Amino acid sequence: MREVMEDVERWRADGKAVAVARVVGVEGSGPRLPGAAMAISDHSEVSGSVSGGCVEGAVVAEAVDILEGDGKPRLCTFGYSDDEAFAVGLTCGGTIRIFIEPLNW
Amino acid sequence: MSDHEPPSAGPSLWELLVEDWRAERPVAMAEVVAGPEDLVGGKLVVRPGAGNDPAEVVGSLGNGDLDRVVSRDAAGELAAGLSGTRHYGRHGEAMNREVEVFIESFAPPPRMIIFGAVDFTAALGRVGKILGYHVTVCDARPVFATVARFPMADEVIVDWPDRYLAKVGDSLGIRDVVCVLTHDPKFDVPAVVAALETNVGYLGAMGSRRTHDERLARLREAGVEDAGLTRLMSPIGLDIGARTPEETAVAICAEIIARRTGRAAPSLKDREGPIHAVPAQPAAG
Repeated sequence: MREVMEDVERWRADGKAVAVARVVGVEGSGPRLPGAAMAISDHSEVSGSVSGGCVEGAVVAEAVDILEGDGKPRLCTFGYSDDEAFAVGLTCGGTIRIFIEPLNW
Repeated sequence: MSDHEPPSAGPSLWELLVEDWRAERPVAMAEVVAGPEDLVGGKLVVRPGAGNDPAEVVGSLGNGDLDRVVSRDAAGELAAGLSGTRHYGRHGEAMNREVEVFIESFAPPPRMIIFGAVDFTAALGRVGKILGYHVTVCDARPVFATVARFPMADEVIVDWPDRYLAKVGDSLGIRDVVCVLTHDPKFDVPAVVAALETNVGYLGAMGSRRTHDERLARLREAGVEDAGLTRLMSPIGLDIGARTPEETAVAICAEIIARRTGRAAPSLKDREGPIHAVPAQPAAG
């Protein structure tokens, strides 16, 4: 999460709502290790990454949904083991689990 | 997750993390990422005490017993600089997968600096990575010190060991290790002398008993005193009969762990006689 801290601190100082997404599990080939993080502000700003660019778009969508919705954390799994393999996958063939939550703590 | 927010007085968990990160203090955060809905999102921050002081735990996963077990594990992960998920029962029970907790360590990984670009280096680098080290391979010979030969290394440096340590030595501490695998006095004597000037928690040098004896003599000539020679783990590794580069890497890393934890494990340094036993011949027929 280290890599997004500076951006998040700036957004928070500006009074923006922020969600953070963190890789908590990687199976098979995965580009980023557990702890890799991405932050999303309610002004559509993004910092950091959780994969090699494969799932960032989907993570942003989930984060926006959380910020605009019930604010509950979500654990999302991305990879070829998904039923909707064509929707969002990792080209490396691995599976990553990403925990997304509002930064209200 | 509203049940788990810190009291409004004092800094939030996020603010604690940022504060420790800015001060370059190690800190770990544990959070329930899957399991019973009332626990998901609960988090705690573990801040290790200085020296033998107990760790400070802020926040909660929603259960005191779970907090205790997870704080202990988080401190262990932090000491190793590792992040990952672990499973527990609702009250911290082992062998139970009801609650999944993600523990994230905010510590710069400890460093393993390997001098000598040899086959043993590649194996040691791989085991070092498994243990969470930031692995540096350093050798003065550009033909051998290449990323292609050591893809597992975080960095491959072409430089003389003593010159490299003169640059980075001040930043090394008790979690960091230096392994000298050159077994060439021209490289390893200056490397050991320079490493003894640092605060690394472990310093080992590879070589046969004969290489070791010669190296000791040269180190004494170079002005190294008994305290330095005692600190040097040579011949490097635990006495487990390791033979291949991979087995030797395990023997070295096991010694590093044993030295850190202060456990009595048979080190080659503390024994005499051949390092490699003559293998028993299988019975004929």
